[in-house]
Amino acid sequence: MRTALRIVGELSFTFGLVLLMFCAYLLWGTGSYTTQRQRALQQQLEQEFGQEKESRGLGRVHLGGALALLRIPRLGTDYKYAIVEGTDAEQLRSGPGHYPGTAMPGQIGNFVISAHRTTYSAPFNRIDELRRGDDIVVDARDARYIYRVSQKEVVDPTRLDVVDPVPGHPAQRPSQALITMTTCNPEYSAQQRLIVHGVLVTREARRA
Amino acid sequence: MIATREPDMYAFIWRRLPGGTVVRLVVSLLLVGIAAALLWYVVFPWLEPRLPLDGTM
Repeated sequence: MRTALRIVGELSFTFGLVLLMFCAYLLWGTGSYTTQRQRALQQQLEQEFGQEKESRGLGRVHLGGALALLRIPRLGTDYKYAIVEGTDAEQLRSGPGHYPGTAMPGQIGNFVISAHRTTYSAPFNRIDELRRGDDIVVDARDARYIYRVSQKEVVDPTRLDVVDPVPGHPAQRPSQALITMTTCNPEYSAQQRLIVHGVLVTREARRA
Repeated sequence: MIATREPDMYAFIWRRLPGGTVVRLVVSLLLVGIAAALLWYVVFPWLEPRLPLDGTM
């Protein structure tokens, strides 16, 4: 009996340690994968930007490929992420993902991007700090688009209407170019979603 | 550490290590390091995508 207890105890102790370590890995270890992917994706984007300086249109985008650079001055001058196409777990490990089928940067409709809040570099960890009027800068292949934060809300994960072309009005035809950022809320949980909406205010030539 | 007849993984490993206390301490720390590195760089990255963790946590 004592022997059995001892074995169980020792195994539990070991398992507990491994579990703690796994949590630490999720928070601080997963980011190194994202960092490495971002380096490659941003390099790829900058190369394309350099080549297609005069080109129009958004170019072709494949699932997992980089489509634009996201900058949010409020979160720091070095805040820069390559947005990839797709929001499956696989793509979100690389960085913020664009919901396929929603508008592309600058287009009329809703440009919806989603990213991790606490793991894999946690690109959207601090989007709760955004205030109405803050800039969201998106460098796409054709131009630089500047959106301005218009609204912030916390909703249930079932509220899929936040990604509609006109958020909250599934049937309406869009007349504005919007951006919507979604992530988990509260931190370390998946109970709710934190949503930040923005409206396109400027389109300008992209600076390198 | 008290030597014991009962099955005890950690005590067993400790007894099997060569050398005196200092050498054993160094070697056991090394072993712990290797185990941790294996978990961190091989096991966890393999395991994480297979767990039903939420996509945007």
